Amino acid sequence: MEIVRSQREPTHSAASTTSAKLSFYRSAPALEVRLEDFELYAIDRLRVLQGISDGLSRGKKPEEMEKLVLLLSTSPPRDELRKWFLSMETSLFRYRFRLESPESQRSLMSEFQLPYKAISRAEFETVKEKLNQVARSIGQPLNADTLFFKAPFEEVPELFAGRRVFLQKGFAYVAMHQVVSLVATQFRSNLSKCLVLTNRKWTSTIRDTERDRLAPIIEALSTGYLGPDYSQPKNSAEISLKDINGQASSSFPLCMRHLFDKLRETHHLKHGGRMQLGLFLKGVGLRLEDALLFWKSEFSQKVLQIVGAERFDKEYAYSIRHNYGKEGKRTDYTPYSCQKVISSTPSTGDHHGCPYRHFSEENLRAALTKMGVCGRSVDGILDKVRNKHYQIACTLTFEAIHDAPYDSGINHPNQYFDASRKILQNKMEST
Amino acid sequence: MSKDENLVEDKMQIDQHDSDRLQKNVPDGFSEDYLKVYYGKLFPCVDIYRWLSYGNDGKHPACDQSYFGRREFSFTLENDIYLRFLSFNNVVEMESSIRKKCPFKIDIGPVYTVDPAKRRAYAQGGNNVFSPIERELVFDIDMSDYDDVRYCCSGADVCLDCWPLMNVAIKVLDMSLREDFGFNHILWVYSGRRGVHCWVCDGRARRLRDEQRASIAEYFHVNKGGENNAKKVNLTGAVLHPFLARSYTEVLKDSFEKKMLLSQKLFASEDRFQKILQIIPDDSIASELLDKWQGNRRSSISKEDVNVSRWEQLKHVLQSGKHKVQGLRRCVEEIIFTYTFPRLDMEVSKHMNHLLKAPFCVHPKTGRICVPIDPNDCDDFDPTTVPTLSQLIEELNMSNKRSESEEDWERTSLRKSIEIFRSFLSALLKSCKKEINSNVRQSTDARNW
Repeated sequence: MEIVRSQREPTHSAASTTSAKLSFYRSAPALEVRLEDFELYAIDRLRVLQGISDGLSRGKKPEEMEKLVLLLSTSPPRDELRKWFLSMETSLFRYRFRLESPESQRSLMSEFQLPYKAISRAEFETVKEKLNQVARSIGQPLNADTLFFKAPFEEVPELFAGRRVFLQKGFAYVAMHQVVSLVATQFRSNLSKCLVLTNRKWTSTIRDTERDRLAPIIEALSTGYLGPDYSQPKNSAEISLKDINGQASSSFPLCMRHLFDKLRETHHLKHGGRMQLGLFLKGVGLRLEDALLFWKSEFSQKVLQIVGAERFDKEYAYSIRHNYGKEGKRTDYTPYSCQKVISSTPSTGDHHGCPYRHFSEENLRAALTKMGVCGRSVDGILDKVRNKHYQIACTLTFEAIHDAPYDSGINHPNQYFDASRKILQNKMEST
Repeated sequence: MSKDENLVEDKMQIDQHDSDRLQKNVPDGFSEDYLKVYYGKLFPCVDIYRWLSYGNDGKHPACDQSYFGRREFSFTLENDIYLRFLSFNNVVEMESSIRKKCPFKIDIGPVYTVDPAKRRAYAQGGNNVFSPIERELVFDIDMSDYDDVRYCCSGADVCLDCWPLMNVAIKVLDMSLREDFGFNHILWVYSGRRGVHCWVCDGRARRLRDEQRASIAEYFHVNKGGENNAKKVNLTGAVLHPFLARSYTEVLKDSFEKKMLLSQKLFASEDRFQKILQIIPDDSIASELLDKWQGNRRSSISKEDVNVSRWEQLKHVLQSGKHKVQGLRRCVEEIIFTYTFPRLDMEVSKHMNHLLKAPFCVHPKTGRICVPIDPNDCDDFDPTTVPTLSQLIEELNMSNKRSESEEDWERTSLRKSIEIFRSFLSALLKSCKKEINSNVRQSTDARNW
């Protein structure tokens, strides 16, 4: 792929894959792109992907160029960025694939050369009963001519993780309507390989001068993607130990407030809770020295007495310093986003995770009331929870407590905190 | 070897004159001196080497000579000193390093793309050339995760009343790994104190990526929710998925009704049966039963155990179909799943680079050996009689070699465990040899641009 600086019109050379609408990244199309257009396309594509991320969906746009360009723009790898890009592109692909008719889907599948065959009538008879069982268990009963494909379980992780397919001796039996999953996994894997190969090409073949011109654009794009990750709190937002109590009740989101209260109450938190709360506090601006004092004083009542100061320093203090990037491979860990918190798996004895997801309705209602949310608002919030809109529920909580709208929607606990501080500071200044 | 003979002689002297000193300092007979003897005479280093080589230690031209050397090990030494990214080129290096350093714990990590000891040489340009490439699929089941459903012990303790929960986990998982996922070479190991580890060693399992491991863990994930969710199992749907249905009819139901119900006395007191009643989504049914049991004076001398009779009452009420309440349909199963279905540590299984304790290590707190468990025989496994380090050393000292060719472990209680391991190993290596000979390896897709 060449980046051209002249006024030449971009040309299409060499076909990409077959379908005009859906490309599958089996090989890289050779294209030329004008530098000026590069940024426009990239930003445009960014909007599409961000739109999906926010739950909106934009219209179709010409594919080839933007995809190419974005491949390049995610090349300076930040792992998170690459994962996000892969998820969004896969979602987009899945959405478009679903719009196709079943016949069209089948022909696309053979075009993409996916090695899954429909199972024979004979084989179907042997597993019919079990297939029926699975279908009924997920509320999608079979009809007489539901076609089934057989695939190695590795190809359909999301389907078997949710127990939505029958597994036998290493194979998954996938119904036609679930086929999207099969195809999407293949798509994602192809795209991922493309990223790696493009990155290698980029680092090895792009001349320095061109790299210098493109680099700032790419940098700007790549940090624009995810929004702030709160790994470097602004100095002005530093929180001190004496402020922590007050700010916890006024500005912490429920997930962190719960952990904080439990810590104060029981003087202990298990590992998951220590990570989630500890990194949040780092994002809020708690300095390492203060963090060590904080945790030590909380634990002093119980844990410290049991394990003793030396072991405390070794185990607990070590992991606090590790979180701040002062030990081991010195990664400066970033505070968890809502997505990460929601997808945790708290078990016995744990208090981390997202309360909107992991609390029973009763407990959630009590927790919200304790936070000061009035009855009617609680009902609205619980309604969102039942429909699994956990972040919207948190946003509603924010709005109820601060008595102010918050249109952006909560994506990150530290975002909640910052927004809350801002509102409270404005209120103080105006009075 | 004369060196070893001296060791034994010293040991006998220690036993005779200094046993008092040792006993005073040593909880449950764990000591560094004993550990040295253990590593010298009993720890099956060669077998572990053969296991982790997966056939690559042979002479076949398709054998990868670098394979074993790319495996990460970690040692935990006395005073909690922790050494990571250790690797050994061959069994001699491994054995001598273990004997020299005498680690309190040995962990096994993944096989990397390059020798982990040389990883820094490859960390240039941000190109992640140093990464895990193979690793057994592993599971860790810990009894303390069942603290909310067992009353006989809590925390670090286990006894014969609660241990059957481990057997349930072994049977459910072992069956599913074989029947559903098609795996064949599965090693179960006692963790030394309160749980079990599972190592799935098929090539197909070793090549799984993180995402697929997480999905398998999720497939086994039924008990969800932390401390703040009273109801942790939700079985929606008109019928159960075949995996859940099979686990229920073949393992869970009997285990609950014939074992746990009685050994844990699940209905014997109010706070215990309240916990179960909380799972019922209908308040009127729950309070109906609560009234019945709270006031129960048991006038007649009933032969039937109170737990059994109350469970029967509960089942009758829920399954009679009288109450047309949503969510009742699977309530009986939900209760049984809550109290018996395996609880895995999800994080252990999800990542290729997770380090897990090696089999045949000695647990420093209990002195017990982390011995393999035969899943077909697990009901007979007794965690309270697993051989301890001091026991083994004593057995060594008390007996003599019966023949020249006899190995030291053969005259100790470790014999059975090593035989279980070797039987697992021989089946595994047979299949590895086949794989190497036919060179059936998934080739990474090399797309030419």
